[in-house]
Amino acid sequence: MTNNNLQLDTHGKLRHLLTIEGLKKQHLTEILDLAESFATVGGQSVKKVPLLRGKTIINLFFETSTRTRTTFELAANRLSADVQSINIATSATSKGESLLDMLHNLEAMHCDLFVVRHAESGAANFIAKHVAPHVSVINAGDGRHAHPTQALLDMFTIRRHKQEFQHLKVAIVGDILHSRVARSQIHALNTLGVGELRGIGPKTLIPKAVANMGVHIFHDMQQGLEDVDVVIMLRLQKERMQGALLPSEGEYFQRYGLTEEKLAVAKPDAIVMHPGPINRGVEIASSVADGPQSVILEQVSNGLAIRMAVMSMVLGRQPGTESGGEEQ
Amino acid sequence: MKANTLPEVSFLLEQMSAQLASTLQARGLSDVCMIGIHTGGVWVARELHRRLAISEALGTLDISFYRDDFSRAGMHPQVKPSNLPFTIEDKAIILVDDVLQSGRTVRAALNEIFDYGRPASVLLAVLVERSGRELPIQADVYGMRLDLGPDEQIKLNGPEPLSLSLQTRND
Repeated sequence: MTNNNLQLDTHGKLRHLLTIEGLKKQHLTEILDLAESFATVGGQSVKKVPLLRGKTIINLFFETSTRTRTTFELAANRLSADVQSINIATSATSKGESLLDMLHNLEAMHCDLFVVRHAESGAANFIAKHVAPHVSVINAGDGRHAHPTQALLDMFTIRRHKQEFQHLKVAIVGDILHSRVARSQIHALNTLGVGELRGIGPKTLIPKAVANMGVHIFHDMQQGLEDVDVVIMLRLQKERMQGALLPSEGEYFQRYGLTEEKLAVAKPDAIVMHPGPINRGVEIASSVADGPQSVILEQVSNGLAIRMAVMSMVLGRQPGTESGGEEQ
Repeated sequence: MKANTLPEVSFLLEQMSAQLASTLQARGLSDVCMIGIHTGGVWVARELHRRLAISEALGTLDISFYRDDFSRAGMHPQVKPSNLPFTIEDKAIILVDDVLQSGRTVRAALNEIFDYGRPASVLLAVLVERSGRELPIQADVYGMRLDLGPDEQIKLNGPEPLSLSLQTRND
């Protein structure tokens, strides 16, 4: 419970975004609706709105990332905020400075928002618990725990193609065990009332606990993909694997790699998604990744709109400000 | 004019179209685009757009991202996407809103328009030009002028039918 409350202010508005868990359908819908408006900003000749002028955003990346960091930076830029990205592997923590000391130093530079990516689950929560009252935190991926903005951009992409969630069959395929993306997607899809949610993959990569989250588990692609509207492929996270969870990559591709042939049992208008970066020929064939049903690059564009929406929501809801000003 | 009895909106729209037509003619503008500001301004613009038979589709603007009170009021939950179905560059624009009061909405709208391109000119048309300006902005064309106190508020109800109502805030 404390975990959930931490994200919301006393008015029930978003103060931090740490996980999808504990957010209500209304929160998610508000973010998706707002992102819809930000999606048009990319079409302006000046791709910028002055909304967060004067706000300072720090990207704290304890784990490398290209796409996520770049879209957070661009999102901040498009909102006219000042943004600084710090790659922690090369900064003061390597000189022995503690995380909290570093945070307090950054706070002393009057920043308003930390975007945090960390290899440890719970890192963003820890930071959110210790920041000053005027500072917000957005989780950009923590260990195996959560990646809420990725899940939101996926929901945004699905909604743009399929409108309503309640009649949809969605399959998440691959390494669910190590995937913070999958965990956040499952929470988001359940919260938005998805029709049916399936998890497909080898026994070693699907935690049994997901069945308690309303996921129907399949170990066979043909069965699992039958009649689905949305196929979400996950990246095989080789760097997070210890021990023999997997056969060879070749065998994995043969059984769980998405090919045109396997995709044929899904609905003819099914969309194919992947959070990236994709391992071509491991979890997905190039012909599918680049094919007509793939919306993988759209997901990237949508990520920008979602991150703009989340940033402006948490920064527009600072404690101590009155809510619901109407007059202009 | 004091607001004892408010006129019919259709009557004001008729006057505005006539004024707009003669203003456009006086300025030698034939090829114009119209943009309404959400929400009331879009309702007014829809009517004017039809009456003036403007060939370019109507543009709509939500100025929420350009407001100057974000740090005080936060994000509005009901933001609608702006939609400008034409290029702004070198166009003569008619900007339409329902009520002109402080001038801050128009300031925000102009900033947003300029982020889409550099228009040749912008005309401002409002249904009601009321007192209370805080910025050096005035309407080129208006349906009516009203002198109201700071506690009084004029509101356009719509979209169908359009009507004006006067409220007094007593809090």
